[in-house]
Amino acid sequence: MLIYTARRILYTLPIMLGVALVCFALVHISPGDPLVSVLPPDASEELRLRMMQIYGFDRSYVEQFLIWLGRALQGDLGNSIATGRPVAAEVWGAVGNTLMLAVVATIIGFTLGCLFGFVAGYFRDTWIDKLASFISVIGVSVPHYWLGMVLVIIFSVQLNWLPATGAGPGGSSAWVWDWEHVRHLILPAVTMSVIPMGIVARTVRALVADILSQEFVSGLRAKGLLDRGVLAHVIKNAAPTALAVMGLQLGYLLGGSILIETVFSWPGTGFLLGQAIFQRDLPLLQGTILVLALFFVVLNLLVDVVQTALDPRVQRS
Amino acid sequence: MTASPILQVDGLVKHFPIKGGLFGKRQVVRAVDGVTFDVAAGETLGIVGESGCGKSTTARLLVQLIEPDTGQITFNGKLLGRDLSLRELRRHVQMVFQDSYASLNPRLTMEDAIAFGPQVHGVPEGKARQLARDLLDRVGLDPQRFAGRYPHELSGGQRQRVNIARALAFEPEVIVLDEAVSALDKSVEAQVLNLLVDLRQERKLTYVFISHDLNVVRFISDRVMVMYLGEVAEIGPVEDIYERPGHPYTQALLAAMPSMDPDQRTEKVPLSGDPPNPINPPSGCRFHTRCAHAFARCGQVAPPPIELNPGHRAACHLLREEPKAA
Amino acid sequence: MAATAEQLQALARIEKSPGYWQTVGRRLMRDPVAVGAGIIILILLSLAIFAPWIAPHDPYHGRMLGRLSPIGTPGHPLGTDELGRDMLSRLIYGGRLSLFMGITPVFIAFFVGSAIGVAAGYIGGTFNSIVMRTLDVLFAFPSVLLAIALSGALGAGIVNGLIALTVVFIPPIARIAESVTTSVRKLEYVEAARASGANAFTVVRVHVLGNVLGPIFVYATSLISVSMILAAGLSFLGLGVRPPEPEWGLMLNTLRNAIYVQPWLAALPGVMIFLTSISFNLLSDGLRSAMDIKT
Repeated sequence: MLIYTARRILYTLPIMLGVALVCFALVHISPGDPLVSVLPPDASEELRLRMMQIYGFDRSYVEQFLIWLGRALQGDLGNSIATGRPVAAEVWGAVGNTLMLAVVATIIGFTLGCLFGFVAGYFRDTWIDKLASFISVIGVSVPHYWLGMVLVIIFSVQLNWLPATGAGPGGSSAWVWDWEHVRHLILPAVTMSVIPMGIVARTVRALVADILSQEFVSGLRAKGLLDRGVLAHVIKNAAPTALAVMGLQLGYLLGGSILIETVFSWPGTGFLLGQAIFQRDLPLLQGTILVLALFFVVLNLLVDVVQTALDPRVQRS
Repeated sequence: MTASPILQVDGLVKHFPIKGGLFGKRQVVRAVDGVTFDVAAGETLGIVGESGCGKSTTARLLVQLIEPDTGQITFNGKLLGRDLSLRELRRHVQMVFQDSYASLNPRLTMEDAIAFGPQVHGVPEGKARQLARDLLDRVGLDPQRFAGRYPHELSGGQRQRVNIARALAFEPEVIVLDEAVSALDKSVEAQVLNLLVDLRQERKLTYVFISHDLNVVRFISDRVMVMYLGEVAEIGPVEDIYERPGHPYTQALLAAMPSMDPDQRTEKVPLSGDPPNPINPPSGCRFHTRCAHAFARCGQVAPPPIELNPGHRAACHLLREEPKAA
Repeated sequence: MAATAEQLQALARIEKSPGYWQTVGRRLMRDPVAVGAGIIILILLSLAIFAPWIAPHDPYHGRMLGRLSPIGTPGHPLGTDELGRDMLSRLIYGGRLSLFMGITPVFIAFFVGSAIGVAAGYIGGTFNSIVMRTLDVLFAFPSVLLAIALSGALGAGIVNGLIALTVVFIPPIARIAESVTTSVRKLEYVEAARASGANAFTVVRVHVLGNVLGPIFVYATSLISVSMILAAGLSFLGLGVRPPEPEWGLMLNTLRNAIYVQPWLAALPGVMIFLTSISFNLLSDGLRSAMDIKT
């Protein structure tokens, strides 16, 4: 196990390096002069060259990458071109809000998904299965940003029960555990929970159906063992995979929350990304994506290691 | 040797690397470790041994599905890689596999499957199809019923007939049969064996017949080679091997054979346990860990092959200590 | 000539079993859900293709006086948008770009990803490791994030959106292609084909592709649903398609401010995205179970 974990970590390092390389390259595949948004339109050639030097754009790509990587390792992701504030601070402030949203959404989605999936798998090929499976197909097919809009229309515009946008009263962007903030969290979290719900339901259905169709389960049933025993067995066998799917989904939500955060003006990383794109604030774009992608890689690593610890069958050579 | 060798194999070695440990310490499975033998034109050489002894690897090496680490293959006096291209070798030496289902492409009809080979070697499509139907007929399958069928619609015996027809389509001189009848029911096995015997005579074929079934090997072979852990333990004419086995391993294998005569059956298990791990084979004679006659030298020095009779060789120290009793 | 005629006659007498795809097709036609989804997709496609003949109004022409008229307005059965353009016409025309932006990336990625995956799987060894480890880097990004990052860096526009989405879908398709090819390659019929002396291209063409493209294709069809949502999502963010083009995601974006005035009108473009996405998902599910033939 220890060897497996160590090997898995070693294997992750080059991937992290690759991720950093892709993030670095983002700035360079972007068309146009990267300085165009900092310089006044009538800037002299001399000023342009000096700015090039300051930002290091006059060096070779390899040098630029190494310098950028070295700084990033020390937690310095450069400064936002639009606000001039350090990117790391901006991202750090937003990550908490996104994490809050994603964790709550994952919990809701996982609970509902397990429920639907379990019921569908347990009553396989009955109308209950068909219904539960249909709900999970809807879950994976619905454009979640549109679902967010529909929920806003129903619960904010028509019923006026819940706030439509923001993370707290009066544009508060710091999370506080009070009713006002929770009210703001409900719609975006429910919207977001639909994504993992469908996938978790599909996975759990397949797992449950597979376990129930195995001979030893038929044997248990034939012996007259109560359904409770079978149930416990199914849960024990399905849990590692289901948990792994949940972990991965949390990772996807962290990176995929941008559309939902835009709909609800939720002050998280997705919102930050939106800003970065519209102001062509490339350092901010780069930094946010790097942080989110690294989160995802680390989460994948954790999921793998935990799953292997729970279920030794998973371990491959 | 009665006739000139059509196939000469010299010092064939194949080690498979395997991974292990944190940084993948490189270990090797010594699947085939220095195998030398000849096959005479028109004869059938049987290769026997327990699973993992390197029979199948030897078969795959013969048609170069895997490349040997060292060793030479000579076909009709032409050295592969120097006088003979791989493509030519593959036309002359064909192979039939054990798993009749896995060895047929599930998306091709039987006719397409058989016609593929000749087309690769330049036969025009129409002619190749005609050949395929003739061959189906020859292996006992009505072309009208079977040419347009897919593998899953056929029985195991029928599929193996198709596989034989596919090998024949190349008009090869040698066919390597790797456990080709082992997966079949006994009655079907007998029919396919008879077909193989007929074809051998009719088309002057040479077989390398690999099997773990000693009865079948005795039935079809002219000569037999016994392999143990990647090495040749004994090789010789079929009657010599079955009646006067020289190597203790061959003796044990034969003793383990279920006898047809109830009085001959013994309670004693002549060969117990699995063969040792081919990753770290025993030193000296590889069989010494399971050999009833092993003595000190067996664990230290690998025995060279010793000629017992013309063409009958066995690698065992016992044979040197007590020269031929006869 | 007599011989040929005889041969033809013999050929005609040969009993032919239905091929694999014939069987799959027949099984698919027996699945009412998949058939229904397929019909909806055909309708959506034909609406998009024949939009100029079907749409009642010019999708670009708006009247400032008739802005945001409700669903059921005479002459505008689905109302008008924030610039007074006919919603029905814009939804019909919107299918052109939306379907194009959703399907094209998967289509291109299917070819590129299959080529990469099959090559890696068939050649194996170090080449395989290099290719797959490189793809792992792209896998380290959640797909939504990667699509937005790439199109965000490249800037808005249809072509940039297509590039971003194609890059997103190549790694998953290549990974499936690699794993299917690796397992097929080990089968004895591929060994037998190699033992025939055929070169690698012939072996791959005749014996590998026929057995791997099916599973890859099903997987790719399941990605179309994701791609539709993502493509419209890019336009929804202001990346991808730019105004005044009719496109469902972009329409959803521009109508977002109208939810307090005409809430259900604002939600209409999303219905189209949803309908397309769920139809592709159901069709893909049907295809998957139709191809799951036990032999």
